[in-house]
Amino acid sequence: MDLTTEITIFVLAAFVGFEVISKVPTTLHTPLMSQTNAIHGIVVLGGLIVVGLSDNALDNAIGFIAIVFGTINVVGGFMVTDRMLGMFVRKPKKDSNADSSEDS
Amino acid sequence: MISLGALAPDGDLVQVLYIVAFSLFIIGIRRGTHPTTAKQGNMIAAVGMAVAVVTTLALEGIGNWGLIIGGLALGTVIGAVASKRVQMTGIPQMVALYNGVGGGAVALIAWAEFRHELAIGAEIPLDTFVPILFSMVVGSVSFWGSGIAFGKLQGIISGRPVKLPGQQFVNALLLLGVIAACIVLGSDHASGPSQGLFIAVLVAAAALGILVVLPIGGADMPVVISLLNAFTGLSAAAAGIALDNVVLIVAGTLVGSSGTILTMEMATAMNRSVGNVLFAGFGGAPAGGAASGGEERPVTSIGAQDAAIKLAYADSVVIVPGYGMAVAQAQHAVKEMAGELEKRGVNVNYAIHPVAGRMPGHMNVLLAEADVPYEKLKEMDDINPEMPRTDVAVVIGANDVTNPAAKNDPDSPIAGMPIIEVSEAQQVIVIKRSLSPGFAGIDNDLFYEENTSMLFSDAKQAAADVAAEINDL
Repeated sequence: MDLTTEITIFVLAAFVGFEVISKVPTTLHTPLMSQTNAIHGIVVLGGLIVVGLSDNALDNAIGFIAIVFGTINVVGGFMVTDRMLGMFVRKPKKDSNADSSEDS
Repeated sequence: MISLGALAPDGDLVQVLYIVAFSLFIIGIRRGTHPTTAKQGNMIAAVGMAVAVVTTLALEGIGNWGLIIGGLALGTVIGAVASKRVQMTGIPQMVALYNGVGGGAVALIAWAEFRHELAIGAEIPLDTFVPILFSMVVGSVSFWGSGIAFGKLQGIISGRPVKLPGQQFVNALLLLGVIAACIVLGSDHASGPSQGLFIAVLVAAAALGILVVLPIGGADMPVVISLLNAFTGLSAAAAGIALDNVVLIVAGTLVGSSGTILTMEMATAMNRSVGNVLFAGFGGAPAGGAASGGEERPVTSIGAQDAAIKLAYADSVVIVPGYGMAVAQAQHAVKEMAGELEKRGVNVNYAIHPVAGRMPGHMNVLLAEADVPYEKLKEMDDINPEMPRTDVAVVIGANDVTNPAAKNDPDSPIAGMPIIEVSEAQQVIVIKRSLSPGFAGIDNDLFYEENTSMLFSDAKQAAADVAAEINDL
């Protein structure tokens, strides 16, 4: 992929990111930050590629730590967000039905 | 040896699956902005992540399965156990920690990719090398900065602003040094840049991350974590450009831009600008505040029984929780106290300041954990007009968010910050361990007002005592 294409993707994605976040109720600031935090754990893919192609001990070690770090970021991030949201999305009565169906 | 970029997935199926993955991220974030769909949004994003990981594992040429599976398993166990075990009060530092390891992963990947390019021996193309340098620097700043934020929130490092002489100058020098070294590395891209210099930049970026976050007070940590979150996203996007990986570019950029918006929204809620947070060192200016606090001013101190009587004979009570409630794990005791009051027909509501606690929404999470009904949690703008009609406002472990100086004293460091106007209530009871200032490091005039009574105690103990006294009345 050439650089121009990549920069095009970058700029378009930046606008999408700006647009999807609008008028977030304060209550959701923390969970949303935590969720986007989990999403940047996507960098674990880089770790997989590094280790997958490595042929020496040092790169193995660097890549291994990167995979562990990235996976903690992803798994921990999504789980902790889920716990947070589970705490207060459950409460309003109107949501109780929608919520249980989301879980299944 | 092939370039890592050459492994870029060219297979159509792989590309399609990557597009599916980042679409799920976008939908997930979008849903995350509405209370009713947020939980579902998080699930959707998690599914997207699973798709991306599995797709990558299926790439041609991937080997070293033992290490890969071991790394994924170890990370999953640590992440899962940490998320299950963490107390709800510890969530802010947990997010800081997850953000930090993400940044660390980016920096490590950048280093490994640099080594890989060196090993190939040919010229490193600048369109690979520049993103490598960027992600290395920003990832390292994010890792160490988040580590400091974690330490401050966890109480390992003092939450107060730490001021060193000439700090701004040292930071500026470090930043210039990092940029200069990156330019040197970049200009050597054809002739084999020095790995020693690369590692030196990694270390300098680490020092920069530490030194920038260290002077920032605990009250501003949410904004800092959110900003570092956006940084990590951008560095992941840069890593994606270096690796020619679409899903990395899109996901990283999404986090970078949405994180920036989120950071600005949070800063606005505190009436602070991001620049102010980073460079002003909140609490660096309490000279005036400390002087006025230096003179002995009288406070009214009461015990649990007096507090119980005031509360039990009120018609309406507003509870204003803050970080002190979180630290003392007092949410259940507070709920119990409110329950005793409600039994006697008192109308109890909770006033939630947007930045009460250490993160926006922190108090909502804690009170929801204690089964306080959602509709009892009132936002600041809804409850302030009610204050003059409120008989007793109970401030539990909140400080700066109730400080009338924000409204009355234009010279105060928190001037202009929106507050919960508890001093408008008929009476105020402040439950606090001492008169010590809050995280902004300034004195709270509220404590010395005529209609304020101080109940000096641990929040949990006090709430339990008051509940018992009300029951005995």
